[in-house]
Amino acid sequence: MSTRFRAHCEGLMPVTILLVDDSKLARIVAAKAVATLQPDWVRMEASNAAEAIEATQTHKVDIALLDYNMPGRDGLALAADLRASHPHMPMAIITANVQDEVIAQARALNAAFVSKPVTQEGLRGFLSGAALRLRVPGR
Amino acid sequence: MTADTPALDDLERDALTELVNIGVSRAAAALRKMIGEPVVLSVPAIEMLDRAAAASLIGEREADHLVAVKQDFTGAFSGRAMLIFPQGSSLDLVRAVAGAGMSAEDAAELEEEALAETGNVILNRCIGTMANMLHRSLALSLPEVMRGDGAHLLSFESNTGDTGLVLFLYINFFVRSRNIRGYIALLLDLQSLAALKMLVREFIDSVIGDEEGGAPRAGPDDVLEAEAP
Repeated sequence: MSTRFRAHCEGLMPVTILLVDDSKLARIVAAKAVATLQPDWVRMEASNAAEAIEATQTHKVDIALLDYNMPGRDGLALAADLRASHPHMPMAIITANVQDEVIAQARALNAAFVSKPVTQEGLRGFLSGAALRLRVPGR
Repeated sequence: MTADTPALDDLERDALTELVNIGVSRAAAALRKMIGEPVVLSVPAIEMLDRAAAASLIGEREADHLVAVKQDFTGAFSGRAMLIFPQGSSLDLVRAVAGAGMSAEDAAELEEEALAETGNVILNRCIGTMANMLHRSLALSLPEVMRGDGAHLLSFESNTGDTGLVLFLYINFFVRSRNIRGYIALLLDLQSLAALKMLVREFIDSVIGDEEGGAPRAGPDDVLEAEAP
């Protein structure tokens, strides 16, 4: 069993999820869904790509939910940066923009796709998958 | 803005922008299906303006004549939704929708009808999404194609003699692989704003309202705000 896994079990190292969206309301909605599905996780928020990068440099971030359409750099550009610094981090792109190219780019970055508006049901699959991946020993 | 105009507070403005963002994102996905090419969207902008300022906002960026498909909506709140292109993009859009094999003459002949139909699909998707999220139905008028400059397109008569202030929401889009770009714009009458404010408030309450009644929050569960750099 990895140290990290034991830490998770003992609650010494809680899972931290980063919610990135320029809309405060959208962050509240996502935070609420995460809180219901994974009440023990620590939630951090950022309102743009620059804040998100900063957050991942100053904190241990395990999972990221990224809005696609944001001022400045969009969620896919942010996902590419995060993928470079966090090769195994579970990430999801959140958008109502279900164009094939957006979905394909998310897949190419090994990021999941969650449609807006975010609901518990819509988020459940990604979060449980992410939780499992974080528990894989040896990570 | 007059004293009796209910201003939107920050969260209401945020929620309305997000509603528009979701509506327009779905509209862009519909347009992508129609033309078979990716559609790139800007972030929505929302401003309280008089009609002249809204017209010049579009007019000052566009030297070319404009073509627009407009649909008025009525219901819990009312206003106008418009899909606006520079004249040069209009025929390219028609050919993108109707197929590459179409001659310029055929495209010109079909232009009016194809624009109306394209506008109808996009604006319906956008307004319909917003109406659904607000749990209200809105009636949409038939699409109408208009031509002229920004002032002409945005100067619809107000029959209530108000100051001409509108809530102006707009978003740019472009199709990189073709010479197509334009705007989706929503104009809301100020007399609708009180009703809209109430609906947006209801919407906010419905998505975050039972915050206090949710799962118990433990120490490490606090939401941390990342500091702005």
